[in-house]
Amino acid sequence: MVIVNALNLDAGILANVQSFEGLAYIAAALLFILALAGLSQQKSALRGNQMGIFGMAIALVAVITVSLVMYAHDPAMAAILMVVAVGIGGSFGIFLAKRVEMTDMPQLVAMLHCFVGLAAVLIGFNSFFTTPGADTAENAYHMGEVGLAVFIGAVTFTGSIVAYLKLAAKINGKPLVLPGRNILNLAMLIAIIVLIGWFITTRGVDAGIIPLGAICVISLAMGAHLVLAIGGGDMPVVVSMLNSYSGWAACMAGFTLGNDLLIITGSLVGSSGAYLSYIMCKGMNRSIFNVILGGIKNEKVPVGEASEVQHREHTEVNASEVAELLRSAKSVVIAPGYGMAVAHAQFPVSELTKRLLAMGIDVKFAIHPVAGRMPGHMNVLLAEAKVPYDVVYEMDEINDDFGDVDVVLVIGANDTVNPSALTDANSPIAGMPVLRVWEAGTVVISKRSMGNAGYAGVQNPLFFNENSRMFLGDAQESVNQLLRVMDQES
Amino acid sequence: MRIGVPKEMASGQTLVGASPDTVKKLIKLGYEVCVESGAGVNARFFDDQFEAAGATIVSRAEVFASDIITCLDTPPMADLESMHKGQTLVCRMNPGANPDLVEKAQSLGITALAMDMVPRISRAQALDVRSSLANVGGYRAVIEAATAYGRTFSGQVTAAGKVPPAKIYVIGVGVAGLAAIGCGVSMGAVVSATDVRPEVADQVESLGGTFVEIPVKQESSDGYAKALDDEQQRITLEVYKEQAAKNDIVITTAQVPGRPAPLLITAEAVAGMKPGSVIVDMGASPLGGNCELSKPNEVVVTENGVTIIGYTDLPSRLPSQGSQLFGQNMVNFFKLTTPNKDGKLALNTDDEVVRGVTVTLDGTGMWPPPPVKVSADPAPTVKMEKEEPEPKKKMNPAVWIVPVAILAAALVWFAPEAMKGHFVIFELAVVIGFYVITNVTHSLHTPLMSVTNAISGIIIVGAALLIGYGNPIVQALSFVAMLVASINIFGGFLVTRRMLGMFQRSSEK
Repeated sequence: MVIVNALNLDAGILANVQSFEGLAYIAAALLFILALAGLSQQKSALRGNQMGIFGMAIALVAVITVSLVMYAHDPAMAAILMVVAVGIGGSFGIFLAKRVEMTDMPQLVAMLHCFVGLAAVLIGFNSFFTTPGADTAENAYHMGEVGLAVFIGAVTFTGSIVAYLKLAAKINGKPLVLPGRNILNLAMLIAIIVLIGWFITTRGVDAGIIPLGAICVISLAMGAHLVLAIGGGDMPVVVSMLNSYSGWAACMAGFTLGNDLLIITGSLVGSSGAYLSYIMCKGMNRSIFNVILGGIKNEKVPVGEASEVQHREHTEVNASEVAELLRSAKSVVIAPGYGMAVAHAQFPVSELTKRLLAMGIDVKFAIHPVAGRMPGHMNVLLAEAKVPYDVVYEMDEINDDFGDVDVVLVIGANDTVNPSALTDANSPIAGMPVLRVWEAGTVVISKRSMGNAGYAGVQNPLFFNENSRMFLGDAQESVNQLLRVMDQES
Repeated sequence: MRIGVPKEMASGQTLVGASPDTVKKLIKLGYEVCVESGAGVNARFFDDQFEAAGATIVSRAEVFASDIITCLDTPPMADLESMHKGQTLVCRMNPGANPDLVEKAQSLGITALAMDMVPRISRAQALDVRSSLANVGGYRAVIEAATAYGRTFSGQVTAAGKVPPAKIYVIGVGVAGLAAIGCGVSMGAVVSATDVRPEVADQVESLGGTFVEIPVKQESSDGYAKALDDEQQRITLEVYKEQAAKNDIVITTAQVPGRPAPLLITAEAVAGMKPGSVIVDMGASPLGGNCELSKPNEVVVTENGVTIIGYTDLPSRLPSQGSQLFGQNMVNFFKLTTPNKDGKLALNTDDEVVRGVTVTLDGTGMWPPPPVKVSADPAPTVKMEKEEPEPKKKMNPAVWIVPVAILAAALVWFAPEAMKGHFVIFELAVVIGFYVITNVTHSLHTPLMSVTNAISGIIIVGAALLIGYGNPIVQALSFVAMLVASINIFGGFLVTRRMLGMFQRSSEK
């Protein structure tokens, strides 16, 4: 970028400002790495967050100084704009963060992704306006990067908006499958590649804006279409994938500006998001391509099988029977799922946990990697309700112990405890690792009604097992009822 | 069906085929269980405990009238004679060495299941009684050695001087050997071990021992070590002799199924050992043990002061634990053969585990079973830890690493001079990104995502640099970009902090 030096500082000071910028960027990048590393363990997590804040503060001071001193044509005006933008954005961010309910975290995260996508698109355009096509090799790269920044940014933007709308239940969470969706995606991708090729050959703003605009529009459509086709239960993968995209978008924006801090930070976020998606996919025993392109086939269960399942009997229990079961148990495992989040049942569940622990009963939580609508969703809800995190176990840690458990309480989980994933090769969720709750003495399943199947639309044979008890009703209401019964009887 | 648990009649046998705990589990599978009065006394399991678990206490005759009889070893002839067609006997039989027993079972028309013939495949580990008892025996061997050894196992520095740690050398790293290594290490001794199968070295090290290699290689096709040829024999004996002289305690665990135990420690090797040293010969038997001088069921002290322990009943010296493990193996066997949990034994001889243990089926001779080929090692406890790494990761990484590496190199190679640096930084940052979060705990996935949200707000840098640009369109776009990026920065960090504040350990409450 051209140095404007509107304040007419002498060359020595400018050189110092530039050195300061470089140092600040390195410091910020290191602090961001430490922040991510810190966030991987409970012990160091809070410190990690502080590192991130510190790094961000350093980066902001540096970039504002540099922008005003070196690049602003009208430093006063630029300063005002910055203060207003950060003021409005910052207050809105604080407002969101303070107000958000933990059950709504997936929506908030999705919304924040969309902002990064939007910013990347805007910066892509800006970078094009300030440095349009020219006849150098560097410029060809630059134009390619602009195209990619707009592409990834736009996909992230609309993808996240659709994810937000789905998570907030503002649109139907069921996958929208257009005919020939994969061909459509492929066509859009090819169109974008061709347009970027064209865009690189253009010279000047007027010539370039046409392909760039087209890239932007097609990418927006593609982002929306990609996420529309994915259903609610796969949202943990989508959210972590969009997290990754938002990182790559920031990274591309960094390339267009030749800014190392943006490149580093963007790649950090991008690759960590990609790794999270990988963990989520492993949790479902599916490949990332299968999630993005395939989705769960919404075929109905073959008629014969379905009717056979329906003819079997399930056993219902009421609150006092569940209370009795729990009271006579030595060890209890609670397996929560998305249903607990929907019903906001985490607080009564936590209260129940406290009572049981006080009665000397061993209580643990078993969390499936893809329970809920975003990675780690259940953990955050339980933490909010003050369930100590050391009684909360991952699937792998607890799956072999179900045989020794007296009572398992399944709250709003379905596919993640479906035995047919292991037994029925034709099941749409065949091969997905599941919590083997049925090995326990008794399984109590809190569920709204017998009618609604899980996200995958598969009937769950667990409900008809001999040692299963259906505790029907809204999860929060059911657990509250259970607590009342325990109060009366104690 | 009714399962009967008789008292063990062999002298010195303190174990019993079931514990109150396993009785409960058998009843859960739908069986009725009866226990001979006093059957568990030597294992500290009393009749009232069995009764409380749901078993009925009956006479010996009634036990042998049950549909299924489970015990440690083959009952005496008198009891066998009382059995008739339709009954099932489940116990250790060693059918290879007892052809008369097989004949007897055939002539009686009973079903005989030899629990010591469980094939060594991973699925069958849960019901392998030999592993269970070898495990207990290996532990006990160390305890016996400690009793006979005149010094402490752990080293210390005291006011009265320095105490060196005891040195234990274990020969044969099967289940018993591993248990001995684990026990010895936990008591503070310095443990080394040898096995003719070099692949067990990792297991030895995982327990805190060091592996002493023998310059002889052997691969096992059935999970057992095999006898060696003469030249190999000579080399290994040399190694054992050397090690015996260096160590204070030698524990030998070598047994070849169906044959006398191999000789590992010669009289010459014993003579080379320090006074006060102890040898525990787990292979001791009337046919000869692992040590030339050992005598079965006796403790011998040699002229040069070496104690040689030849107990053949080591598992019986931990009767409660041994019985519990044996009983649990039985429960696991019945789990396999009672798929409907209806208390009905369903022997599916297509299952190689069931086929392996079936000696006679309603009087029809079934022994020996067709061989089961495995290249596994017989170490259930350690193996569980070993198998943990997900097979997915092994999915040949070269398949995607090579193209990615080529792409990465190409990016830097073809980039214009001024941009090379950016690409290098980009590639390094991607790798760091993967590394820093590979160990992330599951519970922190959400906070991690919100903090990365905040950090990706760094895109504000791009907007801030251009906000002073002369063109109003650029300025407007930058303004919007700065605004949304600030939402991320402030919102992301704050909400992360809020979430992290909620996570508590139980002790912090």
